[in-house]
Formats: sequence, C-alpha cells, structure tokens
Amino acid sequence: MSEEKPILEEAGAETPLIEIKNLRKVYQVPGGEVVALDGIDLSINRGQIYGIIGMSGAGKSTLIRCLNRLDTPTDGQILIDGQNILTMNNKQLMAMRRKVSMIFQSFNLLMQKTVARNVRYPLEIAGVPKAKANERVKELLKLVELEGKADAYPIQLSGGQRQRVAIARALASDPEVLLCDEATSALDPMTTQSILALLQDINKRLGITVVLITHEMAVIRQICSRVAILDGGRIAEEGTVDDVFVHTRSAAGKRLFGILPSEEEDAVSDVPALRIVFEGGKEGMPIIAGLVKNCGVDVNILSADIKPINGQPYGQMIIESPDDPDVRIQVVRYLTDQGLTVKEVRQG
Amino acid sequence: MNWSHVFWQVPYKVCMDGWNGLGNFLYKTVFGFVFERSWKILWPALGETIYMTVLSTLLSYIIGIALGVLLVVTRKGGIKPMPKFNMALGTVINFLRSIPFIILLVMLLNVTLAVTGRMTGTMTISFPLTISAFPYVARMVEGSLMEVDGGVIEAAKAMGSTTWQIIWKVLLPEATPSLINGFSICMTTILGYTTMASVAAGGGLGATAVTYGLSYRQYDIMYAASIMLVVLVQVITVAGTSLSRKKDHRIR
Repeated sequence: MSEEKPILEEAGAETPLIEIKNLRKVYQVPGGEVVALDGIDLSINRGQIYGIIGMSGAGKSTLIRCLNRLDTPTDGQILIDGQNILTMNNKQLMAMRRKVSMIFQSFNLLMQKTVARNVRYPLEIAGVPKAKANERVKELLKLVELEGKADAYPIQLSGGQRQRVAIARALASDPEVLLCDEATSALDPMTTQSILALLQDINKRLGITVVLITHEMAVIRQICSRVAILDGGRIAEEGTVDDVFVHTRSAAGKRLFGILPSEEEDAVSDVPALRIVFEGGKEGMPIIAGLVKNCGVDVNILSADIKPINGQPYGQMIIESPDDPDVRIQVVRYLTDQGLTVKEVRQG
Repeated sequence: MNWSHVFWQVPYKVCMDGWNGLGNFLYKTVFGFVFERSWKILWPALGETIYMTVLSTLLSYIIGIALGVLLVVTRKGGIKPMPKFNMALGTVINFLRSIPFIILLVMLLNVTLAVTGRMTGTMTISFPLTISAFPYVARMVEGSLMEVDGGVIEAAKAMGSTTWQIIWKVLLPEATPSLINGFSICMTTILGYTTMASVAAGGGLGATAVTYGLSYRQYDIMYAASIMLVVLVQVITVAGTSLSRKKDHRIR
C-alpha cells in the first residue's frame, strides 16, 4: 500500500472542513416518499480530494447538492468550517456559496456571454470593481490555460475547454471548497485526464478542498485521497482510496469495482486451475518467468485482470493447474513464498 | 388608380408596346400614383398604424416582461417558488387573454374614458390595445424565459446570486434572442389588433381598408392598405428574426 500521505495533510493537520451528521433527504412524490439520503455521516478534511462514488440513483448527486444547499435536506446537520449551513439565513447562504463553488457535468456556462464575462460573473455579483475583476479574470484564464479564448463564446469551445472555463469561474470567488458534480462524465477519456490533472493542480497549489462525485472508479483512483461508496442513500464504505479499493468489504463496492472477486463468488473454470491474487507490492516481479524457471512447468494463463493502483498491481490471474499433483504443490509453494495468495479454482 | 388593372396591364403592355412601353407605363403608374389622392389617405393611415402598434407594443412589454418574469420565478421549481400566487396570476392572465379584443374594447370604453379622457382616437385606442396585449406578451415572455437552461440558473444560484441578479444577469440576457423573436411576433399580432381599432375610430391602415373597401367600394385603396400591412408584417418579422440571430451567440 502507498506510503504517500494525502496532499496537504501537514498543512491542514487533519481538521475536518466539512462535517455531515445523520443527513437525511426525503422527496415527496405522488403516493408516498422516496428516501434519497438515509442517515449520512461523513467528515471531509481540509485540503483533501474526497471522492463519492455510487451507481445512478445511489443519492450521490443529492448529497453533493446538499453541501451548498441547492437541495435542502430533510434532517441532519452539515457543518462547513464549523458553521451549520442548514440554519443559515439567505444572506449567510449567499456568502457560504461564494466559499463553496461548484462545477457541473453539463458545464452550465452562460451561452450568451463571452468566456471572460462568464469568469467575471461571480466577481460582478460580489460587487468587485471592474478593473480589479478584469485583472482577476486574466489570472484565472491563465491558470486554466485559456488566455487566448477570453473573447470566445462557449459554443466555440470544446467540452474540455468549457469545463476549464467553468473551473475558472468557480475559482473566481476564492473558494475553500470545490464541489464537482460528475464534472468529467460528459468528457472523453483524454479530456477527462487533463481536467483531473487540473483539479489536482488546483488542490495542490491553491489548497482548495475538492469533493467530487462520480460513477467512474478511474476518476477516484486517479486523484482522490479518500473515498466513500454510496449505496441506496447510505454510506456502504468509507476510507482511504488504497484501503477501500483493495479491501472492498461492501457488496456495493464489489459491484462497482470488480477488482477482486469476492470469496463467495469465486471464479469458475472448465479445467483444474489456480487463482493467483495480487495485492500490491509485487511490482515488476517476473512471477511467470520464475514459475517456469523454478518449477519447470509450462504456464498456461487462462485469464488475467490486473490493474495498477498507485503503481502497485492489484487483481488476479488464473492459470491452468498442472496435472501432476507434485508439480502442483511445488507451484503453489513457489507462489506462496513470493507472498502471493494462491487458491484452487472451483471446477464449473 | 385601379389596382386590378395593374395586374393585367403589365403583360398587355409588354405584348403590345415592348419593353419601352412597359417602362413608360410603370413611370406613369409609380410617379402618378405617389401624388394621387389615394396616397393622401394612405400615408397618414400608415403613420397612425405604426404609432398605435409601437406604442401599444412597448406599453404591453413593460407590463408583460414584469409579469412573465413573475410567472417564471414563482412557478413550482422556479427561483422563488410561490405556487399559490403563481396560480392566481396565471388564472388572471388566462382570463384576460381569452376575451377577444373587439369585446374588450367595448367593455373598456368607460375605463378608457377615465384613463385617457377620450373614448376614440389613435392615442386613446392604445389603452385597450395594451390591456388586451399584455397577457399575451406575458405568456410569450414566460415561454422565452422557460427556454433558459435550468442548469445555468442552478450554477448562478450555486455561485451565490440573489434572485434579482439571476433575473437581470442570467434569465433575461440568456433569453434575449428568444425575447426578440417573441417581440416581433407580438408586434405583428398587435398590428392585427389595430385593424379593429376602426370600431373606436382609431384610424390606421386597417380602418382605412375597412372604411374605403366596405363603405365607399374603393377597392384600390383597400388593396393598397392591405399590401402595406403585408409589407409591414414582413418588415417586422424579418427584422425580428435577423436581430434575434445576430444576438444569439449559440450560433457559431
């Protein structure tokens, strides 16, 4: 497992910036009610990139929208910097929303305004003098690498560029928190990478706490330090990304990741086979070559599903089991000596 | 000048006298026509029509935009939901909209007298015209504002905008192209209403067409007035569409 500390941990010193206590959200629908959030408890530290992942309908969108009160929770508490945002009056709410910015899946830019005017909008509504605001807009566009596009209209930009404008706009009010509501879900993989890199950069350079929701585990794996798995309006699992990905305990997590098959639903094979489980720390180790060399067997790989998490391999490989019981024992011993978990695969 | 002659005289002249004859005919027709008596009737009528239309459109837009914004802002799921108020307002607007202008004109005679001091005349007719048009305008504005992407409004909310800021800086600017289109549609509708102003001696092209066509059987004036109305509607529509397109930055 990675020994790297989450970003800014030294500076933020583990103080929770956002605390969610027993949050409930119930929607009234004709003929009953829908429980979107069912008692959420979370605490998000300053300077973290916190990921919330779940299937559609798990309540993740509702949860993130409660954090700036776009949705009003039915019950519970949300403390941001120690202040309960659910008891705020209108004026306090406006001030809070300038400290808690948000970006969206569909970017939500003002289509009739130029890029510069879009980024200037938060400054305009806060009453920042024009000259000062324009200066800040220039800085922000430079930060998101869109200096040349100041006078373009959003329609002339690509999806990734639009999201960059949205990010610049979200940063204009000097926020402490950036909420990302499926911010990369409408983008292609390459663009997603660049937006994630930008978010990470913002987190590192400006020390802004990032809370993002997504249904893509790749996003979480790439930039988050902590993750919560949401399922049916409850937190199924919460912890550091390394921990949650490797030791996935909840059914929801297993469904989402599919990294390691759970014990009860063991892999099935037509021929006698062995399952080798990689749990990190075997980086660059030539297991198969070693097997061939040390045990003198021809290794037939039936399937392999190994993914790097923080540079460590995680996953499993299924190889055909040698017919000779002595050789089999030798193979298992060799692999176990290498620190790998080996199991016989159930025959289907 | 009899307009019906123009239609068959053109091919006739071309056949009989060749192109020179046509030029001569058109020269006489056009220049002779401008100084003819009929134009002394039509020019002032055109002025009255434009006056009534523009004044009523502007007045009904002042009321209509405010109401349209109120309808959108207070609707369920709007920026400031007030469902009961919204329903009451919607009902009143629908009620006013459903009264035909010609009936409203008569119903309002006394009110018009009280407000403008007169019952008839071009300026006076603008009052019932405005009353009749503003509910229509309100619904038109509502439609335009409803087209604004809800996500953009949400983003504005998330940035800490007040309701006023959302209305002024997001809702209205984002809906501008659609509002311009709606404006030209409302203007042509009000232009149509002005023809009914003849009932209250409002004057204008419509009244001229009805009076001369129906009472004096001077069909040339009726046709001329109608053609002018058609041209006016075309000008308003084309101007509205092109301005709307020019202002729309969603077009690359």
